[in-house]
Amino acid sequence: MEFRIIKKLDHFEIDVDYQFDSGILTVQGESGAGKTTLLNCIAGLTLPDGGRIVLGEKVVYDQKQAIDVPTRLRAIGYLFQNYGLFPNMTVQQNIVYGIKNKEEYRDKMKRRELLQYADYIMETFGIAHLKTKHPNQISGGEKQRAALSRAIVTKPKLLLLDEPFSALDSRTKEMVYQEFAAFKKEFKIPTILITHDTEEGRLFADRKILMKDGKIVEED
Amino acid sequence: MLSPILLSLKIAAIATIFSFLLGVFFAYVINKKNIPGKNLLETLLILPMVLPPSVLGYLLLISFGKRGPIGEFLLDHFQIQIVFTWVGAVIASCIVSLPLMYQNAKSALISLDPLYERAARTLGSSEWKIFITVIFPLAWPGIISGIVLSFARAIGEFGATLMIAGNIPGKTQTIPTAIYFAVESGNTELANRLVLIMTVFSFLLIFCLNAWLKKKNYIGRQS
Repeated sequence: MEFRIIKKLDHFEIDVDYQFDSGILTVQGESGAGKTTLLNCIAGLTLPDGGRIVLGEKVVYDQKQAIDVPTRLRAIGYLFQNYGLFPNMTVQQNIVYGIKNKEEYRDKMKRRELLQYADYIMETFGIAHLKTKHPNQISGGEKQRAALSRAIVTKPKLLLLDEPFSALDSRTKEMVYQEFAAFKKEFKIPTILITHDTEEGRLFADRKILMKDGKIVEED
Repeated sequence: MLSPILLSLKIAAIATIFSFLLGVFFAYVINKKNIPGKNLLETLLILPMVLPPSVLGYLLLISFGKRGPIGEFLLDHFQIQIVFTWVGAVIASCIVSLPLMYQNAKSALISLDPLYERAARTLGSSEWKIFITVIFPLAWPGIISGIVLSFARAIGEFGATLMIAGNIPGKTQTIPTAIYFAVESGNTELANRLVLIMTVFSFLLIFCLNAWLKKKNYIGRQS
């Protein structure tokens, strides 16, 4: 995937140009460096002022050609900082929510496959026993796993993770780190992970960029 | 005595259905979408709350009257007369209860964390599906309180209703108009009974609503 994103903010302008094919790209930087805005532009939740975004072969945004594919058609999985699990639905309903929006879901055979895959994901992330619980009845670590399951069960082309570990206490974090390493091995979805923790960068990154005031100041 | 009660319930119920649909629709469109003239539209919706009922009644009368622009059109093309019918009372009740419905739906919608909509969008939902599966269920407590208050307001509507629908026993006479004319004609016994019914009914409605809202966690689920 490649992205060139220009977005004017109050105090500075985001201007980022980058491309990568696979693995995990970590985006580090202090809060206010424009990291989340960058993810939101890629997801189509925020409209950039200029640039071009290509996911796989598909151009999802191009300012010059006036292309702006709506978020729902971008096939992006997004794990928000506060997870954003729907409080009116159970864990299972949250996880199958995205599947139900898929074209294949209307086909009876494929629907069964999709739902089996959702069960498999829930098993893999150890949350199968929480199916009938509501988000306000489960712990922070469980919410994180439920939200990650929800984001990857639709088989997105790109996964965006916005500081997914920041709300967890240090003990839970250790556990989740291990799971995440296993996840990385098994699912191999190109991922952009925002963090301001250098340890997380060291643990998961295949590539790294460091952002400051909307610009990439370091990459490797 | 039964006829004004039943008629009041019928008029208020129908008026509430319309004010629910319109209130939620306008609250969503004005507060969640970028449309021109938002302020003007919102002011018009809330205006009936501050205007004297007689002004509203008069405006309705000149619009829906036989020579009024809407009244003439309805009469010429559909042979429908609004003035001095219960339909007129429904229109009056709907207009006076709409601001309450709108305000409640609005505060329910704007207090929702936009995160849920964004999450639904990344999971492939259309705007309509987001509204039905996420926004509406989460805003439900606020919408319910809008519905109950609208109903209470609609059933108590007097001034505008009297002007457009009149006071025809069995046809357009509601509880509030029946009370007024009972007092006028010295029928204190009937007035007392209707006043008691009206007060107890409204008290219970608000009491139950408050009790329910207290039990309800505003984030959407009972905890």
